[in-house]
Amino acid sequence: MDPNAIDKAPDAAAAWPDQIYDLLKKHGIRQVCLVPDAGHSRLIKRCLADNEITVTTLTTEEEGIALMQGAWLGGDKAVLLMQSSGVGNCINMLSLSHIHRCPMPMLVTMRGDFGEFNPAQIPMGNATQAVLEAMGTLVRRADTPEDIAPTVDATIRMAFNTFRPTATLIGQRVIGAKTFGKD
Amino acid sequence: MLAESGKLDRRELTRVLLEDRGEMAVIAGLGAPAWDITAVGDHPLNLPLWGGMGAAAMIGLGLALAQPSRRVLVLTGDGEMLMGLGALATIAVKKPKNLSIVVQDNEHYGETGMQETATKYGVDLVAMARGAGFARTMSVTKPDEVAALKAAIHAGEGPFFAVAKIDAASKKLVLPPRDGSIIQNRMREAILGPAAHHQL
Repeated sequence: MDPNAIDKAPDAAAAWPDQIYDLLKKHGIRQVCLVPDAGHSRLIKRCLADNEITVTTLTTEEEGIALMQGAWLGGDKAVLLMQSSGVGNCINMLSLSHIHRCPMPMLVTMRGDFGEFNPAQIPMGNATQAVLEAMGTLVRRADTPEDIAPTVDATIRMAFNTFRPTATLIGQRVIGAKTFGKD
Repeated sequence: MLAESGKLDRRELTRVLLEDRGEMAVIAGLGAPAWDITAVGDHPLNLPLWGGMGAAAMIGLGLALAQPSRRVLVLTGDGEMLMGLGALATIAVKKPKNLSIVVQDNEHYGETGMQETATKYGVDLVAMARGAGFARTMSVTKPDEVAALKAAIHAGEGPFFAVAKIDAASKKLVLPPRDGSIIQNRMREAILGPAAHHQL
């Protein structure tokens, strides 16, 4: 991880990124699509190294909603990884899940949520859960490291068992806010 | 195949492209392309979109990646493609050999009162696709070019991108089933068999 990167990645000792990867494998996820986020950086590396997972890097998160629709048509289970700011890019496209009853699990790392340094992250971070729920998404939060794996497990199960958009919001409290030494 | 304007007739073009389609799956962008693929013969391997403007090409990518041995055609309009231009970059990087995108370009938003789109003013979608990295592209304006377009879709190596300039006139409205779960799940069953409905 670049020490000068603005976003903060999980500690090397944190177990939850590898636990999410194990859950993707357990649930037979074949496609992972994403706009990169530091919070997901280790999970992204694990997915890229896995020949049984097709990783698609998107230009905007709403492409991922459409990609999950196409994957499901062809029998692949897919998940979308993104940062909370990307949720705002998905809102109208989430109608695809309701039109077709298509499973769409999303794993969202939160910014603008707990001790945020960057003012620009606050508006969308503060609105993330409300706008997802306004579009009919089942949203569950994980604000401790121990909560993340069971919540992601539930999010994936609810998407594929009940055919709708679901999301885990991984709280900024888990990863911590970067402050550039300017608390 | 020509309308009185001297441009290609969209529905006749659609009919020719989908004739003898074999196992090809077709995603149609919302509006006229969805009515077109329905008018020439509704099919379990058709996904006519009722919404999700800007999604058609990316739905095609997700399906093409999931079913790499099956041909996938995205048939959409210029307005719909303009809303999802980033997908050209995303798809060009993934290079799915089985995916073709054909834009039926009438240079107008046909469902909302025929307002002009950017392509009317020279925005060149084929040049954008080439710039993104699509190695195989076509620009089609004449009936005698349609056979080559059809061959590229059915037998060529993807990813393939084409624009066909079509007559702007609206055609008779032929609506697909309005329940999207039926449209999705009949395609899943056609591709996956009965397991489509029992997969966990």
